[in-house]
Amino acid sequence: MFKLLNVFLTFPDDLTIDIAGPIDTFIDWLGDTFRVFLDGFVVFFTFLLDAVQNFLFFVPWWVYIVLLFIAVYKLYRLSTAFVLSTLLLFIMLLGFWDGTVYTLTIILVSVLISFVIGLPTGILMAKAPTAEKILKPVLDMMQTLPSFVYLIPALMLFNTFGRVPAVVATFIYAVPPLIRLTYLGIKNVDESIVEAGESFGSTSMQMLYKIQLPQALSTIAAGVNQTTMMAVAMVVITSLIGARGVGRDVLRAVQQLNVGDGFAAGFAIVFLAIILDRLLQGIAQKLDMTAQGDEL
Amino acid sequence: MAKAINIKDLSVVFGKTKQRQAAIDMLDSGKTAQEIREATGATVAVKNVDFDVEEGELFVIVGLSGSGKSSFIRTLNLLNRPATGSIEVDGKDLMDMTKDELRQYRRNDVSMVFQHFGLLSHRTVIGNVEYPLEVQGVDKKERRERSMEAIKMVGLDGWENHMPNQLSGGMRQRVGLARALTNDPEILLMDEPYSALDPLIRREMQNELLKLDDEMDRTIIFITHDMNEAFRMGDRIALMKDAEVVQLGTPEEFFEKPANQYVKDFIADVDKTRILKVRNIMNKPSFVAKKGMAVKETLEKLKALDMKFVYVTDEKHKFLGYVTLEQLKKSQAKTIDKLVNPDDTSIYRNLYIKDAWEKLNEAEFDLPVVDGKGRLRGILDYETVVEVLAQ
Repeated sequence: MFKLLNVFLTFPDDLTIDIAGPIDTFIDWLGDTFRVFLDGFVVFFTFLLDAVQNFLFFVPWWVYIVLLFIAVYKLYRLSTAFVLSTLLLFIMLLGFWDGTVYTLTIILVSVLISFVIGLPTGILMAKAPTAEKILKPVLDMMQTLPSFVYLIPALMLFNTFGRVPAVVATFIYAVPPLIRLTYLGIKNVDESIVEAGESFGSTSMQMLYKIQLPQALSTIAAGVNQTTMMAVAMVVITSLIGARGVGRDVLRAVQQLNVGDGFAAGFAIVFLAIILDRLLQGIAQKLDMTAQGDEL
Repeated sequence: MAKAINIKDLSVVFGKTKQRQAAIDMLDSGKTAQEIREATGATVAVKNVDFDVEEGELFVIVGLSGSGKSSFIRTLNLLNRPATGSIEVDGKDLMDMTKDELRQYRRNDVSMVFQHFGLLSHRTVIGNVEYPLEVQGVDKKERRERSMEAIKMVGLDGWENHMPNQLSGGMRQRVGLARALTNDPEILLMDEPYSALDPLIRREMQNELLKLDDEMDRTIIFITHDMNEAFRMGDRIALMKDAEVVQLGTPEEFFEKPANQYVKDFIADVDKTRILKVRNIMNKPSFVAKKGMAVKETLEKLKALDMKFVYVTDEKHKFLGYVTLEQLKKSQAKTIDKLVNPDDTSIYRNLYIKDAWEKLNEAEFDLPVVDGKGRLRGILDYETVVEVLAQ
């Protein structure tokens, strides 16, 4: 009698189900079954990361400042170029340039993979209703799942610490906006333009390359921007699995309660984020053909 | 050659699969489009339309918004797929075409001008105009040449490297027209092309189209909701209401025997003098001098006919100017060639009388009437026009 009443007051323990176990088994199974493939993956990514990193280190520091200045001046105006170049110089003055290069390497490679995979996925989603139905909830899940969760399977799958699982976790976290904005960009192309293309006998590929992608270009560029920003947001988190860079400096400062060091490294990340964001937004605006000029 | 279009029992139905089928089954039951919509929930946009468009005809479909005219014209290049019926272009039914045949038909035989222009905003004017050739795989040099021709034809040369959003509405629609002309289609579909333009530009564009139509050999289907525009443009007109054709005929037939009260109401606002064109009331000149004619012979002819001057053309009837009686009397020359005075009072034969009126008022003589290629076709005199207007 008393026990029966208890069921209504607290949720009965014997009704809980265990999904953690099956997920572990699944990840283990993935790791075992695709070991050779995954190891090849690690080798390839290590090579790619090394190539980018070596290149970034090969270029002297002042070249970055000069190039940034010129690029921002072309995209915006002199004052903005001056401010952004100063921010970059500041990162170097704070002693975080090497760390920034490690971080930037992971960001660049993650964004590159996101682009290579995200763009076709977005196109597929816009063109095939079935893909749209399947991918929409998947994207929602990818973005709402706490980003820490990706670290574990990335570690387990690749059986290694450091940059490679960091890139994979960053990719999973950062790719959704690129897919979504590619999809939206194509879907939102003015109906009358698509119809005009159709009325002149365009093939589906001509429609994509000559009409839909060029029209969606600025939206896709905005997607690249968002993806990059999300990759920056993962910097500190991936340092938890041993990725080198400014993120690790923040992590160490937190662990050792070094307020000053923590803020210094934090500022370096913020400055990097600002520089990347302005740069990519400027490019997105330049690509927006539909907004050029005024009506007569 | 322009192509003829034969439309038989054509219907377009929009809606969810089940409702749509129910509506299709009811098409021949004698119920109106509205009754079918109330019964099934599906929209019958075009219902049992049946007519032929002749080769080279400028055929206008007029009706209020929601009458189904836009849904109809979009079936002619299968942007809308009809629920029932057939559309034969030169004897070939569009509905039987394979995907590939349809693409070839769209590329070579038909093109469309859209109400909201449908310009590719990421391409320049010439980039837009060459698009139809580009999808066909025409090489760059040739398509640039052909595009420039089309751009000149619509009077946009000098603007070819501008972006569409740097142009005014009227200019954008010219780009739309040029683009529709580059692939040299036999059928030109114009879906309310001028509705988004202000009245002055609209009038100008109408006249230009009539002029182009005069020089080209194309079948044009033109959609409008403006009855005046319909009468200005159309060789024949179909008036649509509630998905059906209410009346089909020449502008004159609409006035002589309107099919019902709806047609009467619809044409009540139309200014009659606007549907009569110069070509309908011009006279044949009693004598036209040819280039190279002897002065003496011309003089005699003028005296015999009691004329004070005479219009001069070349061997191909191209209008050159005029020679007066006084000139001929004084002249020592052998032929009249050096005596010809240029004349800029000539009017185009497809002008409406209202538009010719002003020029006629200023003129001292009868006006020479020319066609699209500048050939003298007749003369228009003051008395005839006054007589027509007084009726």
